[in-house]
Amino acid sequence: MLKKTLIAASAITLSAFAFTACGSDSEGGSSTASDDGSITMGFAQVGAESGWRTANTKSIQESAKDAGIDLKFTDAQGKQENQIQAIRSYIQQKVDVIAFSPVVETGWDAVLNEAKAAGIPVILTDRAVDSKDTSLYKSFLGSDFVVEGQKAGQWVVDNAADADTDGDGAINVVQLEGTTGAAPAIDRGEGFADAISADPSIKVVASQTGDFTRDGGKQVMESFLQSGDHIDVLFAQNDDMGLGAIEAIEAAGLTPGKDIKIITVDAVHDGMQALSDGKINFIVECSPLLGPQLMDIAKKVLDGEDVEPRILTEETTFDQAQATEALPDRQY
Amino acid sequence: MPETATLTQRVLRHPLLWPVLALVVLLLINVVVKPNFFDIRMQDGHLYGNLVDIVRNSAPVLLVALGMTLVIATRGIDLSVGAIAAISAAVACTRIVGAGDEAALTTAVLACTYALAVCIVLGAWNGFLVSVVGIQPIIATLILMVAGRGISMAITDGQITTVRNGWFSDLASGYVLTLPLAFIIALGVFVLTAILTRRTALGMLIEAVGINPEASRLAGVRSRTIIWTVYAFSGFCAGVAGLVIAANTNSVNANSLGLWIELDAILAVVIGGTSLAGGRFSLTGTLVGALFIATLARTIPNIGIPSELNYLFKAVVVIAVCLLQSPKVRALFRVHRRGPSVPVLAKGSAA
Repeated sequence: MLKKTLIAASAITLSAFAFTACGSDSEGGSSTASDDGSITMGFAQVGAESGWRTANTKSIQESAKDAGIDLKFTDAQGKQENQIQAIRSYIQQKVDVIAFSPVVETGWDAVLNEAKAAGIPVILTDRAVDSKDTSLYKSFLGSDFVVEGQKAGQWVVDNAADADTDGDGAINVVQLEGTTGAAPAIDRGEGFADAISADPSIKVVASQTGDFTRDGGKQVMESFLQSGDHIDVLFAQNDDMGLGAIEAIEAAGLTPGKDIKIITVDAVHDGMQALSDGKINFIVECSPLLGPQLMDIAKKVLDGEDVEPRILTEETTFDQAQATEALPDRQY
Repeated sequence: MPETATLTQRVLRHPLLWPVLALVVLLLINVVVKPNFFDIRMQDGHLYGNLVDIVRNSAPVLLVALGMTLVIATRGIDLSVGAIAAISAAVACTRIVGAGDEAALTTAVLACTYALAVCIVLGAWNGFLVSVVGIQPIIATLILMVAGRGISMAITDGQITTVRNGWFSDLASGYVLTLPLAFIIALGVFVLTAILTRRTALGMLIEAVGINPEASRLAGVRSRTIIWTVYAFSGFCAGVAGLVIAANTNSVNANSLGLWIELDAILAVVIGGTSLAGGRFSLTGTLVGALFIATLARTIPNIGIPSELNYLFKAVVVIAVCLLQSPKVRALFRVHRRGPSVPVLAKGSAA
């Protein structure tokens, strides 16, 4: 008896977990979408997976407030079904515009068709969907990972003399890849390879996945350092792997940023700190602060203006001096 | 038969033969591809080289696998170890960051003690579900596996928490007598466990519970207490592992810390020759298994396997090792069959 009660109790706890995922959309009521001229936006976030994502959420919430847009926000906790549920509830609530960051690339056609049938425009942020029917969404706002990789590669080409730390004329690059199969990992690698092909002295001598994590980056870098070949440049496809690699480089008795030049992508706070400290040489920004742009696009769409189907996030790059300058205002 | 067996026969029948052989072959592959693989030099007053990295990086898996070995010996399984490791790291790191003096030794010690206490409680919770409530171990620990990651994310607000405490960092990156501290800690837990289980009756009682909990209870063994204890011990081991992983990068990422470490640990236990059916276990086997897992992880970047083929390579190696361990497959390789293979299996209680 006790056994059954406890099983039931734990089942209830677990389902309560599931419900909290989409709990926030029930509080808004069903008739807030209105014809009084104010805009209601439903936003379905991926989840709170990292500092980057939290900054992304904050940016969207704040800029909605500034733009006078009524925002309904849900957190899908990394699950596609939660996100689909949230989008359906937005359709029922007749919001004016739906925006979301798809958890995965595929499986969106059905729910997006429902939105289309209800006449609600959809804007994708940060991640794309893989659908042949491009009429399902108005615009995709986000970073171009290929361009990010190119910017990183371009830095090596531009600083080739400086990057050749042992002065032998050949620049040996090791690369820490992101999670295998993830779009940022594939595209950043592609862009980087593309950019460095301009200079035949630059060569990627080893490349391995570090799963976008510090621990992964450290362990793989340890192995690269043991190989015995000289390493001139490290390209880490995100800050975290770069930060892990820095620890491995220091443990090997080398100075990160001097003995091995380091380039990373993202520009999160810890990465910027390391850049400012001279341990990283160059960071390509992958900005989560796309809220203002998103609100702008939403307004244009609702005013009936044409918007570009692909809009890039406004992003920059940082060298060490710029990092020191930007660090105090860094939000994430 | 055992008393008449020659040395060669004893070696051939030793349950540790195959795991050790697999480890040696894997190391040899590395040397063939990179002849400097075994090179070890002194660096800043400690040993430095691939082998040193391997034993250092094996520490978390070894720790988790030690707890797992005892749990599996009682015919149980603990899926929640990865989540417990994440909670342990999250608790310790947030306490260090929130402390008055972030870099002090006392801060690190207090934070770690507190985190480990939490982990023992979580492990005891698993033990309670399994032994008192009678839920199947795989389900009972699944609850914490799912919920635990949520708890650790709640503790860290889903952020990567970075700590600056040299003492804490030494847990993973420090060296004692030129050897990595992380491995010495794991080895210490290994020796303690071995003494506790093999120099006292505890090991036998654990195996008795694994073979038949009801019969051992009737025979006067306190099955419930033993099951409870092994899960709490597994929680403790996972907690230490979590601290080592967090210290390795001076940060905790509740999302990824210790993710899938339960599978690596189970694999280490199985490679070491402990039966998932419970009733017998080999701590030395687990040690070899953990070293094997760490060597495998190092092999991939060392011989330069493309990222897309990582899992395939791992799968092939693991299948090969498991086939080697299978008595049926081994019988195929045996030139002279010495009687039926069943008695050999039955006496396979390992050291």
